[in-house]
Amino acid sequence: MTLADVGYQSNWLDVLQADFIQNAFIGGTLVAVAAGLIGYFVVIRRMAFAAHALAHIGFPGATGAILIGAPVTLGLAVFCIAGGLAIGILGKRIAAREIATGTILAFATGLGVLFSSLTTRSANTVTNVLFGNLLAISHDQILVFLGFTIVLALALAVIARPLTFASIDPRVAEAKGIPVALLGVAFTVLLALVITMAVQVVGTLLLFALVVTPCAAALAITARPIATAALGTAFGLVSVWLGLVLAVMFNLPPSFVIVTISFVVWLAVLGLTRESHRAAQGSGQIPATG
Amino acid sequence: MRPESDAAPNAVLLQGVSVARGGRTVWSDGSFVIPPGAIVGVIGPNGSGKTTLLEVLLGLLPPESGRVEVLGRTPSRGDARIGYVPQNYAATVGEAVRCRDLVALGLSGTHWGVRRLDRESRVRVDTALEAVGASTYADRRMSRLSGGQQQRVAIAQALVDDPELLLLDEPLANLDIRNQHEVVQLLRLLQVARGVTILLVAHDLNPLVSVLTGAIYLLDGHPHYGEIGSVVDADLLTHLYGTPIKVVRTAQGDLFTRSG
Repeated sequence: MTLADVGYQSNWLDVLQADFIQNAFIGGTLVAVAAGLIGYFVVIRRMAFAAHALAHIGFPGATGAILIGAPVTLGLAVFCIAGGLAIGILGKRIAAREIATGTILAFATGLGVLFSSLTTRSANTVTNVLFGNLLAISHDQILVFLGFTIVLALALAVIARPLTFASIDPRVAEAKGIPVALLGVAFTVLLALVITMAVQVVGTLLLFALVVTPCAAALAITARPIATAALGTAFGLVSVWLGLVLAVMFNLPPSFVIVTISFVVWLAVLGLTRESHRAAQGSGQIPATG
Repeated sequence: MRPESDAAPNAVLLQGVSVARGGRTVWSDGSFVIPPGAIVGVIGPNGSGKTTLLEVLLGLLPPESGRVEVLGRTPSRGDARIGYVPQNYAATVGEAVRCRDLVALGLSGTHWGVRRLDRESRVRVDTALEAVGASTYADRRMSRLSGGQQQRVAIAQALVDDPELLLLDEPLANLDIRNQHEVVQLLRLLQVARGVTILLVAHDLNPLVSVLTGAIYLLDGHPHYGEIGSVVDADLLTHLYGTPIKVVRTAQGDLFTRSG
């Protein structure tokens, strides 16, 4: 693709009917829903950096899978889950977690470099892992995504309340008899599943925009847990749907447009809520802390 | 017919209790009984094991030896009869949470599965918020409140399940004098209105002496319990903190302690 290829495509409505675009819509929708469900917990658990790191830890999983001819989804899932558990074990305290996360991230990226240099397949596949390629989502991948999303929804339906308690208020939750550490492990595995999906849509480098940013924006608007998850999902869906249409319309990479919409939504929400906070402060509704 | 003494078990009973953490003994030879309805301060220098005592009572840390009973039973995690507010509560609580939702977790946070908070629970959340005077900011986020307001919400969460025993770890830390006074009056009100037994860890006795019925002081590696009159004693406090402390009684009968 060159710069001259970018521009309005008069046949965009026809292209949207194509099978691979239909797959992209379905796959993208599943990922946005899964990311919205998990995103609320990622933000309230202050695990945004861990989510970002897990995506990078998936990189050698994907390139390793390509190297030995295994499914990319499997390689990603194995590395994300193992990486998540390693971070959980090595970084018990929050301060130690930052260091453990960063160190494992660097090592994993190094492995990814090795695997991708060994692989004989085109550099294009590696680019797809790093930046995602929604337009390459296959029918089989959609089935896997559907399975992951159902597992996630069912698991969250069971653990949502205790997980919220353990995430917001871990010390009291522990005293109340909630298995805080076990829930942390369960959450990490669920997060790894979502990241496995999301990496295939926006890639390891841009994952933040789908898994963290929409819910962070939602949380700036409302603090009600269910409303936050719903709004975060809505932001994710808007990013994916509108991103896909605009990408086809102007012949742009979908990842770029999706991430840009997510960024713009976040920026707008940040600006608007800042305004309203300042207005509230001006009218004396919010007392000074101290 | 059960004898009358069984009707209200001791709030807390320790018999020859020793507690260790990571192989190191924190304190030993703890033997005392706290009657129900007491407001007891847990005092002692930094690192003397005040928080550890609360953890033993919550069942988070089993004692190395001795017998512990809380409300007539061996402590175990998840005892709904105990309300707990940890140290530096607001600093570790997720900042984006609404006060109302945080209090509701005290009721429903342990429930698995999807279920909307029922009407009765919502009423109980409102009642707890009202009891601590937090109704006006119930829909705000914790991060937008002052320290005193945050402490009230924390106490509301501990109260919402109608506990018989409240364990508060440094509830007056980081509060200005007015807020300290208001929280102390709130605790006295709760004890009178609900008959709840209160144990609170404190550094400074002064804001508390007017409401305390007794104190556990951690002295030379052993916890002791005494009625308040016997604890507010210059020699004892001087020994406890390792720095000279005077006890002053004002003309109105208020007790104060002062260092130097």
